[in-house]
Amino acid sequence: MSQGDYVAAAYAVVLVVVLAYVAIIAAKLTRLQRQVSDLVELARRRR
Amino acid sequence: MGLAVVLALLVVPEDADQGVSQRIFYIHVPIALTAYFCFGLGAWKALRLLWTREEHFDLESYVAVHQGTIFGALTLLTGSIWAKASWNVWWTWSSRQLVLFLVLFLFYCAYFMLRYSIEEGARRARSSAVYALFGVVLIPISFLAIRLAQDFVHPVVFNISGPQMSASMFATFCVSWAAVTLLAYVLYRVELLGKRVDADLRELRETLERPRPSVPRLDEQMPTGVGS
Repeated sequence: MSQGDYVAAAYAVVLVVVLAYVAIIAAKLTRLQRQVSDLVELARRRR
Repeated sequence: MGLAVVLALLVVPEDADQGVSQRIFYIHVPIALTAYFCFGLGAWKALRLLWTREEHFDLESYVAVHQGTIFGALTLLTGSIWAKASWNVWWTWSSRQLVLFLVLFLFYCAYFMLRYSIEEGARRARSSAVYALFGVVLIPISFLAIRLAQDFVHPVVFNISGPQMSASMFATFCVSWAAVTLLAYVLYRVELLGKRVDADLRELRETLERPRPSVPRLDEQMPTGVGS
């Protein structure tokens, strides 16, 4: 591997980890949104 | 962040000693400094929790330590790649700064083991806070290790006489540092918001699923004969 390849690898690692983190947060927000919908439904039934 | 990457990879001149591999510096050092800052923030929030007993500091401390661990892992990964490019080894035990950073990282990894081994509540919050506070001692030791020890494996870029680099290199470093700090701040706020909403929703669900106390109807409350 050339020195340039190592530089590219270092920046790629950072990008991949940040993207994975954002994907996890996005999945969590989707789950929260589903929970809010469930709770709205539950509140409607109790009215 | 995009500007920082363009400056670091395309604009800034190559280092005379290390060549192109020195460009890793513009991502590795800001990430390492951000990791230190996140661990420090986690300890500060932990101290506020112990001082004020306000529950919200527990979550803030946890999220800061979590961010610190992610940035710590990135520091080790990018540092390891830089070591391979410069020294032709992925890791060296002879550099005290590397070893101390690894110790700091593992210490905060154990924070999560401790946190999740205790049932949720005030005891868990206090234990986690005390642990996070102990870890903060390692931060200045890790940061100053290379200066305290006679260790010349890991380069020293910032010393008493200032940054040992050209003005354009230093400007690029500052832009990268600002970008990484901003990224960490945004991720911290988003994760904290997610955790708070999660906790609020759990509480709301428990409230809604609890059976409602039976309220006697109005006509049942009236004594017989009243109103007739």
